[in-house]
Amino acid sequence: MASLPEQLEDELHALITAVAHPQEAAIDVMYALQQHYGYLCDEAIQYAATLLAMTPLELESLATFYDYLYRRPVGRYVIHVCDSVICWMFHQDSIFDYLCRTLGVPPGGTTEDGLFTVLPAACIGNCHNAPTMLINGRFYDRLTPDRIDAVLAELRTATEEPARCK
Amino acid sequence: MQVNCPQVLLKNRPLGHPASFDEYRAGGGYEALLATVGKRTPQEVLDIVVASDLRGRGGAGFPAGRKWQGIPADYVGPRYVVVNTDEMEPGTYKDRILVNADPHLVIEGIILCAYAISATEGICFIRPSYESDAQLLERETQVAREHGFLGQNILGSNFSFDIHIHRSAGRYICGEASAQIKAISGVRPNPRKGGPRTSVKGLWDCPTIVNNLETLANLPGIVRNGPEWFKSLARSANGSGTKLYSVSGRISRPDCFELPIGTPLREILFEHAGGMPPGRKFKAVLPGGASTFYMPDALLDTEMDFDTMHKAGQRLGTASIMVFDEATCLVGATLNLIEFFARESCGWCTPCREGLPYVRELLRRIEAGEGKEEYIGMIQAMTRVMEQAYCAFAPGAAAPIESLFTHFADEVHAHISQKKCPFGNPPPTLRGKACGTRPISFGPTPCPEDQCPI
Repeated sequence: MASLPEQLEDELHALITAVAHPQEAAIDVMYALQQHYGYLCDEAIQYAATLLAMTPLELESLATFYDYLYRRPVGRYVIHVCDSVICWMFHQDSIFDYLCRTLGVPPGGTTEDGLFTVLPAACIGNCHNAPTMLINGRFYDRLTPDRIDAVLAELRTATEEPARCK
Repeated sequence: MQVNCPQVLLKNRPLGHPASFDEYRAGGGYEALLATVGKRTPQEVLDIVVASDLRGRGGAGFPAGRKWQGIPADYVGPRYVVVNTDEMEPGTYKDRILVNADPHLVIEGIILCAYAISATEGICFIRPSYESDAQLLERETQVAREHGFLGQNILGSNFSFDIHIHRSAGRYICGEASAQIKAISGVRPNPRKGGPRTSVKGLWDCPTIVNNLETLANLPGIVRNGPEWFKSLARSANGSGTKLYSVSGRISRPDCFELPIGTPLREILFEHAGGMPPGRKFKAVLPGGASTFYMPDALLDTEMDFDTMHKAGQRLGTASIMVFDEATCLVGATLNLIEFFARESCGWCTPCREGLPYVRELLRRIEAGEGKEEYIGMIQAMTRVMEQAYCAFAPGAAAPIESLFTHFADEVHAHISQKKCPFGNPPPTLRGKACGTRPISFGPTPCPEDQCPI
């Protein structure tokens, strides 16, 4: 196992010591490792298991359960498109089609340049601005094809490091 | 409109940014806490909350005070407060609005609850799409800590309590109290059936109070102004307090409104939310998220409170009102809800794991114009099985289906007899194909060339 940057090791250590029971930090530790590796690779799961004194299987049962932990490689920007009822009412499915078509990827697929992954998401709690999507913790409201084009163009040229989740 | 109603929870929303510690203090913030810590006994605070008849705002409406009384009086050891900010019910966004308007109101509420039940630790459980709220609460709890409202020996008393943020990785079922406790403990969050209440045996097997964030935000007002004041805020006879109503869907002004609890639905929709958009005609609402019954026009004068809704055969739920207009297919909408529930089911117990995909398949066929009359009976039989599930998830999912058949049976029959969706919706298929030559038309019309197998 390749060693991790010292800063990350410190961060992980801080996450675990901040809580009375190390298991409580399981999600936070996996988020931090996901941020480092780009997704939750096998190595990350192994590493987290050692840190948390849990089995890789226990962590696997969490990682496969949750929507925002990615066990497969994802793009730099993961686009969570809300597909619940309010967004559906505003033709979210057309938005989803448009995104996939524009990027040339099926749901769950990643663009060849490694920038974008498109995923359907359960209601993201932004219904008054439907249809809506969430990219790296940011809501994009009242989507239209033009708005999507603008968002994608903006993200393509963005240089700041995406803050996926802490 | 909005200005005529007393704003208790959203008082600081007009600021346009999360109220700072000083702004909150200037409006009388933390006065309730200052008048409580070291001056009232925890029992006195509990009595005030019981007398106020504050009911849980997360959906079930269980009286908060009675939940707190469930903690065994003789218990020695740690007690926890878990603040439920999972808020994944479709249509619900009130807690996000509330935290972003007044984070310290929420923090003071959590501390008051902790004081009443002698808790030592509070955990805010926050969903991943609310990451900015998690950061906001982390920042503002640090401010409260620096002012001595959190941490060891709060305000010089022997009461010590602190709050930390637990980030979820996102699943609907985490909103269920016992599942949320498992999620915090780092195990797969399947709800537990039976056994002691979480107030007896919860997080790390210690007494744990899981309350919705909005419920706790009511506490500073109650403790400061008394239970009678809180009850006087309500419009309904037996109600208490104000309520955050989040309105979305086909409506002129979708937004979150703080109104007296018991405000009739018609008034919320047509006075506060601006009524239907031009050219749209009202058909139905889901009054409290995806797990509630459709309400047709005839029921719109019902007061939006727990008891009054219950009497009308409805559920208040989270009071997130989703508005459907005449042009929206309710079979399609119900199918969308069931797609959501089938995907979000934790899969632990059979009625939910197997029942939902079964119902989904039949609804897909009806929506695609391949339905038969006998499917209706089959779906209804399965919803009765779904009532047998471990937790309230599957019975909640059954609510929109049952009410679809009660109030909008004509629409279902029209799908079956016309062998197509009368609203022109395409048959439900997998969306998001990566290829295709024709431009995507926006609206409910499919592109026939797009039937490629990706």
